[in-house]
Amino acid sequence: MATTTAPSGVLLEKLPPASGKAGMPGVIRSEWTKIRSVRSTYWTLIVLVVVGIGLGALICYATENRFTHLGHGAGLGFDATARSLTAFSELGQLVMMVLGAMAITAEYTTGMIRTSLTTMPRRGTVYAAKGLVFGVMAFVVSIVTAFIAFFLGQSILHSTGASATLSDPNVLRAIIGTALYVTVIGLMSFAFGAIIRHTAGTIATMVGVLFILPLIVEVLPSDWTNDVNKWLPGSAGGQLMATVAGSSDSTLFSAWGQFGVTVGYTVILLIIGAFLFRKRDA
Amino acid sequence: MIEVRGLTKRYGDKVAVNDLSFSIEPGTVTGFLGPNGAGKTTTMRCILGLDYPTAGTVTIGGKRYADLAYPMREVGALLDPKAVHGGRSAYNHLLCLAQTNGLPKKRVDAALELVGLSEVARKRSKGFSLGMSQRLGIAGTLLGDPQVLMFDEPVNGLDPEGILWIRNLMKALAAEGRTVFVSSHLMSEMENTADHLIVVGRGKLIADCTMKEFIARSSGSAVRVKTTAPDELVLAIAAEGGNATAGTDGTLTVQDMAAEKVGDIAFEKGIRLHELTTVRASLEEAFMELTADSVEYRAEVPAVARIEG
Repeated sequence: MATTTAPSGVLLEKLPPASGKAGMPGVIRSEWTKIRSVRSTYWTLIVLVVVGIGLGALICYATENRFTHLGHGAGLGFDATARSLTAFSELGQLVMMVLGAMAITAEYTTGMIRTSLTTMPRRGTVYAAKGLVFGVMAFVVSIVTAFIAFFLGQSILHSTGASATLSDPNVLRAIIGTALYVTVIGLMSFAFGAIIRHTAGTIATMVGVLFILPLIVEVLPSDWTNDVNKWLPGSAGGQLMATVAGSSDSTLFSAWGQFGVTVGYTVILLIIGAFLFRKRDA
Repeated sequence: MIEVRGLTKRYGDKVAVNDLSFSIEPGTVTGFLGPNGAGKTTTMRCILGLDYPTAGTVTIGGKRYADLAYPMREVGALLDPKAVHGGRSAYNHLLCLAQTNGLPKKRVDAALELVGLSEVARKRSKGFSLGMSQRLGIAGTLLGDPQVLMFDEPVNGLDPEGILWIRNLMKALAAEGRTVFVSSHLMSEMENTADHLIVVGRGKLIADCTMKEFIARSSGSAVRVKTTAPDELVLAIAAEGGNATAGTDGTLTVQDMAAEKVGDIAFEKGIRLHELTTVRASLEEAFMELTADSVEYRAEVPAVARIEG
């Protein structure tokens, strides 16, 4: 790399002229390059896939092993689908929280945002492309992981006679819904990232919202707890996974209704994030 | 052409740029000079739309930066070579930039080749030295074959080899007819490269002129004379309206008089001269003089210990 003197004369060939305007398609390609070219993306997704599937299988194995001792008897009230998806749902939230935050905060902590916005100053386009690329990637990985976790879990639980199949009521909703839920949690983290612009601060905020807030609500008087819980963004996870009456929470909204609450918060946060991304100095 | 009109930028109470106006003409190397904290970087950030001006406008070829159809084809800017994601390889870094403007992949290889980073193209930029980061940043500015290039303190912290490389590159870019807008607080650096100067201090415009005018404007030009009869010459010069002072090394320094005139006086009086030199103020001195009141953080240093840059 020791070219001391830059060549004189023509430095680079002339480019063919371009028509139109640089816009969304190029920025989407660019954001995809960004997300697939850093190791942290792979590490976090590998953790999600391996632990989401592995831990799910382990939980199902433990359940299968002690099934008769667990008092499920003939399987009444036992939710085999939820059992196989729990590990993925809990861990998926954590992983998507980190990935969603990093998709935007890494640009600020490294200073890359200034380079990014110099090459593409239309900030709304950059923000939308970033969110879109992250969201699509998160959903694809989630849906694949959720299906594998489900099928592996059910094959382990098969001997209990209480395992579920795709055609059972609510099962498909549980699998797709859980994948959608962790994706939306990732997008919520992305939005907080755009607002806070700092990785640790964003993740701390998300942990507060998803894991600390429910604990605080828990110590409220019980009639309050039920009313407040419905409006927490993290209440949808359990509702979406539940496929039998005994495992869903009757004090909450229905699965999709509860999911709507999470989506609602996320949309509001994404709009605030977009506004700040455009208005603030980079 | 870049046009800055009445640019003002405030960060809270602090005014970084104060009603700054200037134009950068195409096809020149324009130096952007000022002490640290003078508002050079802020001005560049406003030109690129990274910061929003509190007041005033900046246009490139009549358009706001954000409205340029293909920004990378019109302006290549490098403000901070470390403003990259260190976990990404040099190649992928440039690729994600190129893609935003629909530039072909082979352009990335060509740019890496040009700056001499082909061998480390697949290495993560985290491990790059400042000089290598600088080259990577410059490769990014050249991807779109832009007519205008902007560099903020490009030689800062570089070793002599790196400085020479940047200097040659800027000359080569200018030779191709491109506009180069380069900031520095190193006056000596500008003396070698810039045609035109925009000088700022405390966010305000101090000078906007050619390099020659800038040096001429400073009052520091003097004539140094060495003679066998200093006392006689001092009187003769004083009689003609000049002002000569004797130095410690036996030379005289004459103010307010051209060297020709000093020579003529000596000839008429029959005084023998051993040296007759016009001492022009260097850019460094001219700059110090012009910005004397506008240095933000001044340290009291004796004149002899004045440190360049």
